[in-house]
Amino acid sequence: MGRYLLRRLVQMVVVVVIITIFAFLLIHLLPGDPSVSILGPNDTPQNRAIVLEHLGLNKPLWQQYFIWLNQLLHGSLGQSYLTKEPVTHIVATSFPIDLELIIISQALAFAVAIPLALVTARRPNRALDRLATTGTFGLLALPPFVIAPLLVAVFAVGLHWFPATGYVPFTQAPATNLHDMLLPSLAITAGSIAIYYRLLRSDLIATLQEDFITMARSKGLTPRSIMVHHAFRPSTFSLLAAAGLNIGLLIAGTFVVEYLFAINGLGLALVNAVYQRDYLVVQGITVVVAVFFVVLNFLVDFLFTVIDPRVSRE
Amino acid sequence: MPDDRDVLGPETGPGLLGNTYVGEAAATEVAVSRSIDHHGPDEPLAEKKLGVLFWIAVGWVALVALAAIFANVLPLHSPTYEDFTAINARPSAQFLLGTDDNGRDLLSRLIFGARVSLVIGFVSVAVGLAIGGTLGLISGYRGGKLDSFLNAASFVVLAFPLIVALIAIISFWTPPTLFKITVILAAGTIPLFYRVVRATTLAFANRDFVIAARTLGATNRRIIFREILPNVVPAAISFALITVAIVIVLEGTLAFLGLSVSLPTPSWGNMIYQGTTNGDLTTNPYIMLWPALAMFLLLLAINIIGDRVRQRFDIREGLL
Amino acid sequence: MTVPTDAGAAGAAGPSGAAGTADADRYPDVGASDGPLLVVEDLRTAFRTTRGTVRAVDGVSLSVDRGRTLGVVGESGSGKTVLSRSIMGLLPASDVVRGGSARFDGEDLVTATPDRLRRIWGAQISMIFQDPMTALNPVTRIGRQITESLRLHLDMDRSTARDAAVELLRSVGIPSPEQRLRSYPFQLSGGMRQRVMIAIALACAPRLMLADEPTTGLDVTVQAQILDLLADLQQERHMAVILVTHDLGVVAGRADEIAVMYAGKIVERAPTRSLFAETRMPYTRALMQSIPRLSDPPGTRLEAIPGRPPQLIDRPPGCAFAPRCPYAQDRCRTEEPPLRSTTSPDHVFACWYPLVDGRPTGLPGPAAAPTSIPTSAPVAPPVATPVAAPVAAPTTGETPR
Repeated sequence: MGRYLLRRLVQMVVVVVIITIFAFLLIHLLPGDPSVSILGPNDTPQNRAIVLEHLGLNKPLWQQYFIWLNQLLHGSLGQSYLTKEPVTHIVATSFPIDLELIIISQALAFAVAIPLALVTARRPNRALDRLATTGTFGLLALPPFVIAPLLVAVFAVGLHWFPATGYVPFTQAPATNLHDMLLPSLAITAGSIAIYYRLLRSDLIATLQEDFITMARSKGLTPRSIMVHHAFRPSTFSLLAAAGLNIGLLIAGTFVVEYLFAINGLGLALVNAVYQRDYLVVQGITVVVAVFFVVLNFLVDFLFTVIDPRVSRE
Repeated sequence: MPDDRDVLGPETGPGLLGNTYVGEAAATEVAVSRSIDHHGPDEPLAEKKLGVLFWIAVGWVALVALAAIFANVLPLHSPTYEDFTAINARPSAQFLLGTDDNGRDLLSRLIFGARVSLVIGFVSVAVGLAIGGTLGLISGYRGGKLDSFLNAASFVVLAFPLIVALIAIISFWTPPTLFKITVILAAGTIPLFYRVVRATTLAFANRDFVIAARTLGATNRRIIFREILPNVVPAAISFALITVAIVIVLEGTLAFLGLSVSLPTPSWGNMIYQGTTNGDLTTNPYIMLWPALAMFLLLLAINIIGDRVRQRFDIREGLL
Repeated sequence: MTVPTDAGAAGAAGPSGAAGTADADRYPDVGASDGPLLVVEDLRTAFRTTRGTVRAVDGVSLSVDRGRTLGVVGESGSGKTVLSRSIMGLLPASDVVRGGSARFDGEDLVTATPDRLRRIWGAQISMIFQDPMTALNPVTRIGRQITESLRLHLDMDRSTARDAAVELLRSVGIPSPEQRLRSYPFQLSGGMRQRVMIAIALACAPRLMLADEPTTGLDVTVQAQILDLLADLQQERHMAVILVTHDLGVVAGRADEIAVMYAGKIVERAPTRSLFAETRMPYTRALMQSIPRLSDPPGTRLEAIPGRPPQLIDRPPGCAFAPRCPYAQDRCRTEEPPLRSTTSPDHVFACWYPLVDGRPTGLPGPAAAPTSIPTSAPVAPPVATPVAAPVAAPTTGETPR
């Protein structure tokens, strides 16, 4: 077990390092540089050169990378070229927001998708199943940038039930926070519901044809008991794998929702940083996102061994 | 219709016409099906039909595709001509879907915009499937170092924040044209198809029938084509159709970032962006409404088609 | 509440009376009626498919008494598995057409409501499946798989159920049962898994057990152990057993009565000794002859029945076995023979030209038209007829009971 953990840890570190290298390269591939954001577009080349030298950006790329890496190992992610705000601070304020969005939206998604799948997998192709299938396809066909404005138009502007923008930290006012986060979460949840429902339903249908389900029936167990205690667990593989990927993608992918609801999440910070060529911010956020993704998938792999003891931990 | 009973239920009930086995609520259904279809207990079951909804979906996709292809010859206003006398006009006889805030006809923009979505959606997925799928098939079948390397590489690619990659690449490779965006998105789908096809291939590569073929002396190529490919293709196709939906949405997201095909050339994505940001939804909701609706219907249709196709060919569900 | 493994009053293999009392205690709502425990009459099960209707069980009648074993033998495709599922009612839910009746202690299982069936399943009738690796839930510990039924049907609390499960595992011969409770199926050997399945089936002390190919896929030595175990447990609990198998050798030593199935129908049914001593149906004889014997010299060709079992869709008229029968006559191909008995009413068969004294009556020649075979002879106890013709003895070396 210890060896396994160690090996996975090494793998994770390697993946994260590779990602940071690529991010580093990509961001420097972009035309332009921070001097445009700092000085404005109309300054002299000489001033730009001074700024760039001051920021250490005239050194060779590989050198810059190792300087950054060194900083990282000493616990610092650098600071924004524009605002001088420490990157760790930027991350620390925006990451929890995204995390909360993800938790709420995924909890909603599971709360809808799982029971729905459990019910419809028993009677495939019947009325409820057809309805659920079409309905979830409809959800897939409504991307966040379509749902969000619609939700705002109806519930915020129209009915005034929810605010259109704004964010109150959880620690400050939990109830308001949750209330305000509902619309943005709903915008995200739609796609997740569809994916999770389809995957779980498909696996459940396959599992229900296994022999051990017939045996469970022959013991006189009720259909509900069979679904929950026998059919569900072996059918969650695809669901978990997809959840791992989905959540990993969401952590920095909620840009559109953040933009439309004026929430200062990671996605928005990341995109802004890219546009402003705020290299260190981009690097820093990328590292955090990559680590999150890698750790998450490691957890998913671990969960596989818990669900199905036949999956070895090697 | 006969295949909609509860998989778990031993539902029995008194028989109709000699002890027919009926489900809880299905008694009337059986009676009805008997009277309509004249099925006696000895007649074979009807083949599963693809369904009305399926054909409606096919019809819609065909309609959109045809309209997009023949946009040039259709009697439409120019999509880029700005008629300043008719800004934000409501749908009328002249402008069937209204105009946007620059006086451009929304109907023609919708149809020309369909080109962007359709090309990006289908072409990039086709390319990604061809490349990624082939890689996945070979990688999954042969295993070994190549497989480990590709698998790790695909994981790294998927772990990389998509937004950063997209922004960087598109900004570097300016200006964004339909071709470039298609290529980039195609490249983005490759690791997805690689993983999915590889997983499906792995599920089949170790089955007994493959081992049997090998012991009979079949070459690897024959095994791949005759034994594995037919089993992988249905899953790959249905996943591909869902990916088309994802890619079309992704183009919309790119439009939000200003990275897609730029105005004034229409795409559904940038029309939606335009509709939600430039003007309030209240001043002219139609700018956003038509492309959103069209996108919604197209994605829905694609998903329905994908699902029915999969249902038809998937052994497991086909038995139900 | 008595633990089921303590078979109570039925500890010794007593007559139905003693078991009846225990039954009355345990199942107060079902009367301990006289007569056979299970009476199946003209049971039919057909599956509607796109290629036609498959008549898997085509008019089967049989009965089983308490504490007795009925063996059902047939090739793959004969319908024997569908038969056991049909008796129990454990059929897929779509496109199934059923007919006939299966009365368990007077109650017809074919028309019972789902709720009623679920109360009976596991508690009064249980089933052992062929492949324990796929029939046991692979991700659940076996202790849980046993206690499930106990808690459901006998309303036990967790610790009582756990103790009962340990006792059950012990009674099926699994060492260190306390530890085994926490094992997963994949951690056990094939034989042990089958024992676990038996333990699960026995948990609530059912009165009828349907054993569907319980030993297929196991080592021969393990097969014998499992069958012995089943026999002991059955005696102990006065349980009726229907043993379904393709292997005549399995039932030869263990069944009181054997029914031979072919193409969805029973073609011969008799007490075991009569079946072997006075085989009537050429098919049964062919089955017996196809069993290789240890006493055969090496290099002996295996006797196979030529051809293959018929399609169960759109069967041609006449006897289903006619295409493969060495003694088939014209009548066999046009008219389907009914099940009838001759010298003894316990022994029924479906053949126009049955074997008499081991000799086929269907050969061309002087003894061709056997219209003289008497039907419905007066009841006579099975006479120990000397075995006249070479009838293959089962490989287990045991003589038929």
